[in-house]
Amino acid sequence: MHSCADNLVTDTPDDEFECVAHRPNSMSDKPLHYCPGCTHGIIHRLVGEMVDEFGLLDRTVGICPVGCAVFAYEYFEFDSIEASHGRAPAVATAVKRADPRRFVFTYQGDGDLAAIGTAETVHAAARGERITVFFVNNGIYGMTGGQMAPTSLPGQKTTTSPGGRDPALTGHPIAVCEMLSTLPGVAFAARVPLTSPKNVNLARRYMRKAIRAQLENIGYGIVEFLSTCPVQWGLTPIAAMKHIDADVIKVYPPGVFVDRVPDARAAPVGAETDAGSST
Amino acid sequence: MIVTTRQPVSTSERAVRTPAPAKRLVKGNEALALGAVAAGAECFFGYPITPQNEVPEILSYWMPKLGRVFLQAESEVASINMVYGAAAAGHRAMTSSSSPGISLMMEGLSYIAGARLPCVIANVMRGGPGLGNIAPSQGDYFQAVKGGGHGDYRCIVLAPWNVQEMYELPALAFDLAERYRMPAFVLTDAVLGSMLEPARVPLEFPPLVRREQDWTACGRGNRAHKNVVHSLYLDPEVLSAKCEELQATYRRAACEVRFDERLIDDAQVVVVAFGISARLALSAVSALRRRGEKFGLLRPITLFPFPSERLSALAKRVRGMMVFELNSGQMVEDVRLAANGACPVEFFGKMGGVLPPPEELVEVFSKRFAR
Repeated sequence: MHSCADNLVTDTPDDEFECVAHRPNSMSDKPLHYCPGCTHGIIHRLVGEMVDEFGLLDRTVGICPVGCAVFAYEYFEFDSIEASHGRAPAVATAVKRADPRRFVFTYQGDGDLAAIGTAETVHAAARGERITVFFVNNGIYGMTGGQMAPTSLPGQKTTTSPGGRDPALTGHPIAVCEMLSTLPGVAFAARVPLTSPKNVNLARRYMRKAIRAQLENIGYGIVEFLSTCPVQWGLTPIAAMKHIDADVIKVYPPGVFVDRVPDARAAPVGAETDAGSST
Repeated sequence: MIVTTRQPVSTSERAVRTPAPAKRLVKGNEALALGAVAAGAECFFGYPITPQNEVPEILSYWMPKLGRVFLQAESEVASINMVYGAAAAGHRAMTSSSSPGISLMMEGLSYIAGARLPCVIANVMRGGPGLGNIAPSQGDYFQAVKGGGHGDYRCIVLAPWNVQEMYELPALAFDLAERYRMPAFVLTDAVLGSMLEPARVPLEFPPLVRREQDWTACGRGNRAHKNVVHSLYLDPEVLSAKCEELQATYRRAACEVRFDERLIDDAQVVVVAFGISARLALSAVSALRRRGEKFGLLRPITLFPFPSERLSALAKRVRGMMVFELNSGQMVEDVRLAANGACPVEFFGKMGGVLPPPEELVEVFSKRFAR
């Protein structure tokens, strides 16, 4: 399996400086619009790295959400389709089935995936669609101004739960990975907090498996990122990270819930398949 | 006589007309499904709802057999978003449903229109509002012709009146959808979907013809740039320009008007009706002719674009127009706009799935225009 070091530029720049890291080729040079301390930027970069690593730029179709990442397609160099709120799994299903040689992923927040799009999420997983889902769970509606999500923690103050989320009134958080893990169509499901370099590396490992679940025709793959929303949480970026490690992981335990993807071979399988898109 | 304002007919339409096998008894929904296959539909997504269930049932057999995609979705909401995805990636995609299911698709349809995607939606209309019933209705004219979802958009809307047209119009719908990059409806009803009549509907299909388009998000391949399919334009000036583009497209599509005229030349009163209503109306018109009353029939085949020019011209020389629909009066608004006061426009409608016998129409039509 490639490591991130494979992405490093090895040719020597003109000046005396050595280039040790660069933007993934699958990402554009447009500056990200995300708030300071938001983890969308990390996840975007990880997606770009993965598409590079598996050599999928020419056959990737990314399905973008409604929410803070609504402009995700501006930041990538592969083809993208903007889905309506919650419907990314349905859109992805069609794009993949219409030509299974494509690599198709959805990028969805928790309001998108676990509220309005719950039906599409569950049924795409139940059908074992060969799609990969990158699930950004920050427990709140960020873009619309910090309203309560079905994933908000009990007691969490939001603009629509000003006294704190009361489970007696609004239910308990939905644990998506645990819920989907009951479905035989799911080949890989894992949750990871993006709170440290170590965890970011773990996220890379999970993403590789979730992608291989698709490329090796095993089933549906999902990686849930426990993500920050410092602005709507009312915390500094560092305090937001600490909040995940101290509180969020108690409700959403990190780990692998389903893994039916064999351990990695020497090279990612996507890199050796025929390139070129279907059409 | 069918009048087509644009020649030649579309390529797929020619394909579904040749070779013409012997007539056989075919059910309307079967013809619609086989017409979609013949038209080169690559993907079908749908959800069960009466009275259109034969469409997905038949396609669940034929599409996989021909190496194409059939998927029964978890809802109409998912169905239309699957159509959106397949169309965005450059495939001929279609769904079918009936009125309540079509309502569920309106959000997705607006996105399809906003992203300028071609696709075909068949609505086998049933009684409404609400759960209504499963009897024939034309209550979704406004929804199909005027937009239905949010924002300023239009769809091509084609209205078959017999089983043969149920077979032929999906091809025209796909061609027009692609020519103008806009969604197209085949707007039909519970009677046409469920009736058997003789039609030329082959069970052999031409091979798929892939149409390369430069805007599809299908994976970059060797393309030097990425393609993005979306309908989000935050800058009001930019969205305004995009909306103007859409409206200009709809104005260009006005040249695709098709309608069918019977006994019009010396008619003093023109009956205007579409779909199954037009068949009932033609029976009434023929009966009125036998009584010496000079009625004629104009049947719009394209409800959008609407044959406004022809109706305007007719309005200047006839005593009046008689609109008959299976609703409370929807298309009549477009007829009145076309007539623009040049002649009286009367309306007669039935709702709830009630089909008036031709004798009733004869009496109503005659009485409204008695000297």
